[in-house]
Amino acid sequence: MSITIAGMTKHFGQTEVLRGIDLGIEKGELVSLLGPSGSGKTTLLKIIAGLEWPDSGRLAVDGRDWLGLAAQDRRIGFVFQHYALFPHMTVRDNIAFGLTVRPRAERPGNAIIAARVDELLRFLQIAHLAGRFPAQLSGGQRQRVALGRALAIEPKVLLLDEPFGALDAAIRRDLRRWLRGVHDETGSTTIFVTHDQEEAFELADRVVVMGEGRIEQIGHADVIHDHPATPFVARFMGATVELPVTLQAGRAEGAGLDLAALPRRALPDGPARLFARPGDILPIPDVSGPWTVVTRASTGAELRLVLTHPAVGEAAADVPRRTPGSAGLVPGTPVRLLLEAGTIFPAARVTPIAANPTHDLDRKEARP
Amino acid sequence: MTAATAQPALPPIRARRVLPGFTLSLGTTLLYLTLIVLIPVIALILKGVEMGPERFWRIVSSPRAVAAFQITLTAAAIATLFNAIYGLLMAWVLVRYDFWGKRLLDALMDVPFALPTAVAGLSLTALFSANGWFGAVLHPLGVPVVYTLLGIAVAMAFTSVPFVVRTVQPVLEDMDPALEQAAVTLGARPWTVFTRVVFPAILPAWLAGCTTAFARSLGEFGAIVFIAGNLPFRTEIAALLAFIRLEEFDYNGAAAIALVLLGFALVLLLVSNLLQFWASRHREAVR
Repeated sequence: MSITIAGMTKHFGQTEVLRGIDLGIEKGELVSLLGPSGSGKTTLLKIIAGLEWPDSGRLAVDGRDWLGLAAQDRRIGFVFQHYALFPHMTVRDNIAFGLTVRPRAERPGNAIIAARVDELLRFLQIAHLAGRFPAQLSGGQRQRVALGRALAIEPKVLLLDEPFGALDAAIRRDLRRWLRGVHDETGSTTIFVTHDQEEAFELADRVVVMGEGRIEQIGHADVIHDHPATPFVARFMGATVELPVTLQAGRAEGAGLDLAALPRRALPDGPARLFARPGDILPIPDVSGPWTVVTRASTGAELRLVLTHPAVGEAAADVPRRTPGSAGLVPGTPVRLLLEAGTIFPAARVTPIAANPTHDLDRKEARP
Repeated sequence: MTAATAQPALPPIRARRVLPGFTLSLGTTLLYLTLIVLIPVIALILKGVEMGPERFWRIVSSPRAVAAFQITLTAAAIATLFNAIYGLLMAWVLVRYDFWGKRLLDALMDVPFALPTAVAGLSLTALFSANGWFGAVLHPLGVPVVYTLLGIAVAMAFTSVPFVVRTVQPVLEDMDPALEQAAVTLGARPWTVFTRVVFPAILPAWLAGCTTAFARSLGEFGAIVFIAGNLPFRTEIAALLAFIRLEEFDYNGAAAIALVLLGFALVLLLVSNLLQFWASRHREAVR
């Protein structure tokens, strides 16, 4: 089923949650909505599901208007972050629920329901759990059951809200591959919400980066990583070092910065800002360099350095510990900075950091 | 090993409790429970044993006593049936909807707890008597309330409704809204969501509330004596009969009737716990 969203807005009280969303999703595509908390991604997902309603805008699926359709009639599979399994029902009854609540005329016979549930239990590799109650399952098992329950009604669209957010790292990786397999085999159109970049990029055909109720960028992992479309995406993708530079004929220059490695940009001359990841900054000892090493900490594999410039301020750099010459990078050493990668935006486009979006990147668990 | 044996013996380690005051607080609680609850119950049972089974049976099977038990149980059943439905509805409204005056309504729910039962009995009698506000409507319709079994049930319902509301309310509040949302996305209509998802979740609490309300109704006295008229064989409840026997210095008679009430209460408690255990078996299964 192809999904078309146009001009969608939504607010809760004073807060604008969606500020005009336009998005098209192809049949059979696996799309991820990626963004920090408060970016509106879950609200968008719930609107598609029929659990929330927008203030304005359009939602069409295969050309049919879905905003006039109740959630019950949309035939979507929704998977909740905290599974939302019915605690008083066994795994089997949970999975069968969507089939047993159909109006009598459309309801399949008991034997057909049982066969369908058996098939799903085998497909999801949870046949041995059929008789258990949700409270007797691990987090990963619960999420499989939740997906089974959603798939039982043969949904046209599968929606997942932070599906692996409450699981630990090893199980997340495992379930990610498994979900990709499920998607490929069922051929459904799938949208999932996450704040975890790795998850979004590894799993999705396309990633939609959202920030403060807007779509910031849509694309594949490499493009978003190397060419962030906006300062927001750059920051969200880990480019937390911001340096003032001056553009001249497409070349950037900055105090104590070696920017020869950066490609030429078709931007107007004048002041600009460079966004870089700490790992793309290499300090090189230089007695005439305007930067100075302030602190040095080792994670074993990397050295985490903090550098300072009297006019610019502080910058962070991560250097592999075995890099030749890194032993000399002790506090007090004057250096210049060699930039291996970075993105430049004209100064006018850069708004001050409202709330640091990188908090969410380090956070593995969404909620306790 | 050799190094360890060569060392001088260390004093044994004594584990200490992190929270202070365990002995004192537990001791006080046990003492209080024994003095206030356990000893009176034991004294009552001893009194019953003392009179012997034959005498006990003669007292409790006397026509007046049997009638009193029947009246009490019937009225309590009517009151509980009413409260089971109304209390559930009230809890639902208080949790699920936002409306003007909700806080006030919520506070009003505690009035039956706080109000002296005699006051409740008096005002109910005034309202339902033939020239009271409700009575003026009901009486011409041929539904007398005062001095009837229905009157007893009304008084019982008034004093015991908070038990149902206050047990169901917190469970309903704690319910994850995602459960209902999940049911809706799976195609369930509102009534199906309620019967298949919401109601099973609050069933244990609801059953517990209903049984406590029933037990409370069995023992209600103050509110009832005003509205019931207290005619032997017609509107005389068991608790009142025990009181009358006591006034006549018939201690054995009073104790026997009280013992039967105690028996009802204990059986009810047992049933309530079994029902709750059954209704929440999926949770018990974990450990």
